[in-house]
Parts: sequence; structure tokens; C-alpha cells
Amino acid sequence: MTPAPDLTFSGTATINGVTLFAPLTLTIGAGAWTCLLGGSGVGKTTVLRLIAGLETGAEFSGQIAASDGQSVPDRVAYMAQDDLLLPWATVVQNVSLGARLRGEVVDLDRRDRLIERMRLQDHMAKKPAELSGGQRQRVALARTLMEDRPIVLLDEPFSALDARTRADMQDLAAEALQGRTVLLVTHDPAEAARLGQSITVMTQLGLTPCDPPKAPAPRHVDDLETLETQGALLKLLREAA
Amino acid sequence: MKFLSALAATIFALAVWQAIVSMTGLPKFILPGPALVAETWWQSRWLIAEHTWITAIEVLIGLCCGTLLGVVTALQLANSRAARVLVQPMLIFTQALPVFALAPLLTLWLGYGLWSKVAMAVLIIYFPITSSFFDGLMRTPPGFLDLARTMQASPRAVLWHIRIPAALPALASGMRLAAVYAPIGAVIGEWVGSSQGLGYLMLLANGRAKTDLMFAAMLTLGVFSILLHMFVRRATARMAGEAR
Ligand SMILES: Nc1ncnc2c1ncn2[C@@H]1O[C@H](COP(=O)(O)OP(=O)(O)OP(=O)(O)O)[C@@H](O)[C@H]1O
Ligand SMILES: [Mg+2]
Repeated sequence: MTPAPDLTFSGTATINGVTLFAPLTLTIGAGAWTCLLGGSGVGKTTVLRLIAGLETGAEFSGQIAASDGQSVPDRVAYMAQDDLLLPWATVVQNVSLGARLRGEVVDLDRRDRLIERMRLQDHMAKKPAELSGGQRQRVALARTLMEDRPIVLLDEPFSALDARTRADMQDLAAEALQGRTVLLVTHDPAEAARLGQSITVMTQLGLTPCDPPKAPAPRHVDDLETLETQGALLKLLREAA
Repeated sequence: MKFLSALAATIFALAVWQAIVSMTGLPKFILPGPALVAETWWQSRWLIAEHTWITAIEVLIGLCCGTLLGVVTALQLANSRAARVLVQPMLIFTQALPVFALAPLLTLWLGYGLWSKVAMAVLIIYFPITSSFFDGLMRTPPGFLDLARTMQASPRAVLWHIRIPAALPALASGMRLAAVYAPIGAVIGEWVGSSQGLGYLMLLANGRAKTDLMFAAMLTLGVFSILLHMFVRRATARMAGEAR
């Protein structure tokens, strides 16, 4: 794994000639969590998919670059709201999917360590349909970590979970992804306030940076400053609408 | 429960059949009653078994060949744009041709024996297998493909590890359809020209006004088709992602 780089995303996107977002610049700090917060349909997923080098319905003109000058899409791990577990494959097979797809030998020790770390050791041979929503997201997180990429792109990975499971997953992910360049796209101000080491609000008007709470992430759910930040973020979101 | 309802339906159908025979008083060479058909079936059981065996062989070979051919075609179509442009219209055109019309040709080309019937069965199941598997291969959930892309998977690996497994339920439903169609294909082949098989036996019995034997052969074919369908259902349950 190369050291986690800074990322710069700058440019504009149109869909069938209609502007989705005007020229904007988003800087994603090396080895830190950047939260991109925005309402539905402003183009958060589009930004994230452009960085991952995936198809979007939008036409993008601009630049996406890493500070070390190396390719970005070759070094990302991607985790979406839908856990994207293969329903016919077991937990262990899903976790090691990347290596199998690349025809590499699976590092079994690493795989088993990650499965244990995600507290999935009792479910190794199960299929996704036999797991709860939280367990499934933990498998997806294990698969993401198995890829061992310096850049991790998260598209609302926890939004389908219940409040408690979501908070647990946030803690787990924050700890597990330390030291990587993480972009978390979310529409939840509470999530951004808990996890962001840098927080940017995306609206139709453009990007507004917002100061993160001083406490180290993941912050306590009842941390006062975190709650204040959450309120301020929600206000920003509502002003734009 | 399922078995009980099947049993009830069978008894009901037999009762209706018997009632029609009793009430209309039709002569037995027009409509034999269930009792007579059962008796004939028992008396001719070895004859019927022999011909059932022939038809079964044709159907099973046809099913295997047709499935194999359909799977290979679907993979080619899914893999190559050129194949889609060239072959897909042809495939649809051949579907528009009535299979009945092709049967005499197949007999002419392949002779009176086994292979013209196998070819008929293959022809009739080739399209359902190909199109269901092909559809499955083209309908991979896009999220899986995105994920594979971020993992730098080669197209081959994506096909093998994601697209094919994701398409297996579709292939399973194609195969279940094929199990119903294949006996029809083989029997059509036998009607057009043969000296063996249930289709032949039905034609022969009909020609000699042995309507009871004709019924016995026909019902045997029906039971065989149902058993075959049940077998294929079972065999494809894992593929379809049902009950582990
Ligand atoms: N493939 C596509 N073709 C055409 N338009 C698209 C396509 N994908 C997204 N859009 C449009 O682009 C806009 C931004 O979509 P995007 O998915 O980036 O929003 P988002 O901020 O992630 O929203 P959400 O929070 O609901 O996920 C939406 O208005 C959507 O309708
Ligand atoms: Mg989105």
C-alpha cells in the first residue's frame, strides 16, 4: 500500500447539458476523514463515483488528482449504502472477493484476522441472507479493509442501519480506517459531526467548509460540541434548500 | 399438502372423465373410460415401457445437448458485441419458424433414428435456454460490476465470479421450461417419421382405432413429462438459490 495521499477534486459536471454542479474544488486531506454532506440529489454520489472512476450519468470536465501524482482509481476501495455482498458466496468468499477477482492468492491469515476483528468469526460459512443488516455491513467493511487501499470512498454506507448499529459501525469504521484518506458521502449531519476531520457541505450553491468539532473522531454521540456542529450543519443544509 | 392436492385433482379428473363416458355412452373407440385405459395400460405395460424408454433417451440427450448449446451461445452473445449483432437476429428468426415445419427436413437429413428426434428436442429448447441465460448474464446488478471495477477485475474474472453466478437463477428457470418443451419436441419428431417411441405408438394406436392404447401412451407421456419437470426442478434448486 502506498502512503495515503491528498486528493483534489476540481471541476464541473452537467447532465444532458444541465449543470449539476458549478465549478467547485474539494480537497480531501491525506490520512484523514473528509465528510461531504448534502441533501438528496445535489451530486454527492456523482462526485464519489467520478473519483472512483465509475460510470456516472454526468459529463465531467475538470481534474481529479492525488498529491503523489499516481493514479487514483487504481488505489480506491469502495463501499456503498447497499452492502453489495454476493448472495451466492459465503462470508469468507465475500471478504476475499478482490483477490479472487484479480486472480491473486488470498492471504488467509489476513482474511481471518479481519473477520475476527469485525466479530464475524461465528458466521464465516454463512451466506449474506443469513446475516442481519449490521452483520452484512461488517462483512462489507471487512471486504473493504481486505483491499488494503490508501484511499477509501464511502457512499452512505451506514444509512440503512438502525441508530444503535449505525453508531457501532461508525466507531468500528473510524478505528479500522485510521491513516487512510477517507471520503464519506452522507446526508446525515450527525454522522458528519461524529466522523469528519474535515467537513464540507454541498448544496446547489456550491461547497461550504465547516469547522469540525475539536474532539478526536469518532466523537461521543453526546459530546456537546459535536451536537452543536450537528445543529450548525443541519442549519446550513436547510438554508440552501 | 401439495401431494394431497395433486391426488385430489387426479381423482376429480378421473371422476369427470368417467361421468362423461357413462352419460354420453360413447363407444370405446371414440372415448374409452379410465378403467379400460388402465386395463389396457397394464396389459401393454411392456410395450409401453419399451417405447417410453426410447422417448426418454431422446428427451434426455436432447435436454443435455440443448442446454449445453444454449449455455455456450448465451456466453458468446454476452461476451461479444459482434456475436450479438450477427447472431441475435438469426436466433429470433429461427424462433419465428414453426418447429413442425422443420421436422420433415430433420428426418430427411438425420434419418429415421434417434438423432432426428434429439435434434427436434434441441431445437425446441435451444431458444428458451439461450435467451433466459443471456438475459441473466446481461442483467448483473450494476453495483456488483462497480465493485468489481474498483477491484481491478479482468472481464474474464467478472464473468466467472460475478456474471455467471448471478445469471444461474435465470438459467435454472430456462432449464425448467426446457424440461416441459423437450418431450414435445421429441414426440413431434416421432410423429413425422419413426418406428419407435411414445409418439410413434400413439400414432400407431390411433391408426388402428385402438383408442384405449392411444390414451394409455398419451397419459404415460404426461406422467413422464411431469416427473422430468419435477426432477429438473430439484436438480436446479441450488442454482435457483432456493433452499440450501
Ligand atoms: N445515471 C444518471 N443519469 C442521469 N441522471 C443521473 C444519473 N445519476 C444521477 N443522476 C442525477 O444526478 C443528480 C445527482 O445525483 P447523485 O446520485 O449524485 O445525488 P446524491 O447527492 O448522491 O443524492 P442522494 O443523497 O439521494 O444519494 C440527481 O438529480 C440525479 O437525478
Ligand atoms: Mg447518493
